[in-house]
Amino acid sequence: MKTTSEPELLERPRRTVYQRYEALILGGAAVVVALAVWQALWTAGKISPLFFTGPSAVVTRFVDEWTGGRLRSDMVYSGTNFAIGVGAAIVSGVVVGVLIGWYRRLGMVFEPFLTGLYSTPRVALMPLILIWFGIGMWSKVFIVYIMAFFPVLINTIGGVKAIDADLLRAARAFRASDWQIFTTVALPGAVPFILTGVRQAVALGLIGVVVGEMYGGSEGIGYMVNYGGQTFQTDAVFLGVVIIAFAGIVLTWLAERLERRFSRWRPER
Amino acid sequence: MHKLEIDGLTKRYYVERDGRQVLALSNVSLSVGDGEFVALVGPSGCGKTTLLNIVAGLLSFDLGTVAIDGRQIAGPGIDRAVVFQHPSLLPWRTVVGNVRYGMELQKRFDRATMRERTARFISLVGLAGFERHYPSELSGGMQQRVNLARALASDPGVLLMDEPFAALDAQTREHMQAELLKIWSEARKTVLFITHQINEAVYLADRIAVMSARPGRIKGIFDVPFERPRPLKVKRDARFVELEDSIWQLVEETRADRHVEDRGVMP
Repeated sequence: MKTTSEPELLERPRRTVYQRYEALILGGAAVVVALAVWQALWTAGKISPLFFTGPSAVVTRFVDEWTGGRLRSDMVYSGTNFAIGVGAAIVSGVVVGVLIGWYRRLGMVFEPFLTGLYSTPRVALMPLILIWFGIGMWSKVFIVYIMAFFPVLINTIGGVKAIDADLLRAARAFRASDWQIFTTVALPGAVPFILTGVRQAVALGLIGVVVGEMYGGSEGIGYMVNYGGQTFQTDAVFLGVVIIAFAGIVLTWLAERLERRFSRWRPER
Repeated sequence: MHKLEIDGLTKRYYVERDGRQVLALSNVSLSVGDGEFVALVGPSGCGKTTLLNIVAGLLSFDLGTVAIDGRQIAGPGIDRAVVFQHPSLLPWRTVVGNVRYGMELQKRFDRATMRERTARFISLVGLAGFERHYPSELSGGMQQRVNLARALASDPGVLLMDEPFAALDAQTREHMQAELLKIWSEARKTVLFITHQINEAVYLADRIAVMSARPGRIKGIFDVPFERPRPLKVKRDARFVELEDSIWQLVEETRADRHVEDRGVMP
């Protein structure tokens, strides 16, 4: 039934700039205020540089390290370890996850091992990893890998297994082969799960980078944080933490965008 | 020769819990002529869907024969297509992708033919203009149209419809019934249509088979005398109501049978 008031109902109510960006404005303002209070306390000398630091000190340290120090090479080192480890984790996690999810017997054989390893805190393996790979870059890459591998694997297995019974029946009624069911139902259905795994892998891989560099070695952002702490250079510790946090925010945001991009067909967003 | 011939079909289930057998279908015989629209009605749980799944080749059976054009079926085939109760559409594919899905799996047509048929059947079910929509952007009725177009596009000899309008609201359902008859008059497929709504069966079908519950048996077959095309107002016709009533009585009788036959459970 059509009513005459319909066109008016469809018109979008006009919103002010503040209304549209309310969350951003309030959140941003809160951060600015917090930083200002912190800076004020620092300038007033209320904070001991031995235990804590101030925003301006972190910025100064950043400029120094960036222009004259080894910050850039540390970032490249950590970034490379992270990229190789997470990249390998995604590729192998998806491949192994698809195989285990698709072939039930393979799952029965491997699942006890995976459950065991999955419930072990992987950081506890660090001493072992050092014995295997030495204190060079490959022990760092490996801890990133082992941290990031499981979320991809577990989510991929779940995604391939969570095949919709209705879709399966429809495909079978059209004489779909197992391969066709795999490529047209199981795999596309698993994509959102896989991307959730990727998002978790990014977050855990970042932890892996920091932890790995704290154990031995003399390069990377994790090393910088660790060394800064041992030598009471709190501004260096803060700089490292800020860089890691920033990388975490950016990478998670990217992974979330990717996840949303490939779940466009999902009704709930 | 009939297009679809079901003869002496018997199907047993095993109840996993206690290992007992349940007779789901007992000696079911039903034939559907070429281009005929036959509806199968019965109380829920009477094995209608089991019968349809067997004809679709999705379920095995114990005794009897199911033949299409005189040939015994062996699993799903390109001579049949199913319109499911749930739309069962690939949520990551648009309307176009879903309508061509059946043809794609069956690998019967070349690309150009698939494209042509996809467009033709999308417009036949009245979805022109929605080609790039995802299922989540469509209403329940529209999703069922896609489901129907997917089945028709694969050019089946026999169309099997499993309560396709059961999940729709009353108004959409009536609308879809009329729409189905219009589409059917153009596509001229042999249809086996399953429903628990007697009214729907009388409006749509040439003949109606009534099934009893557990074990599922054909209790009676009714001819529907109304001419085609049938306007929706035929439902208000006295003969329509009369026929609906006599079918309803038979269904009620089968319901009463259930208690006598101890739900078909055998020791």
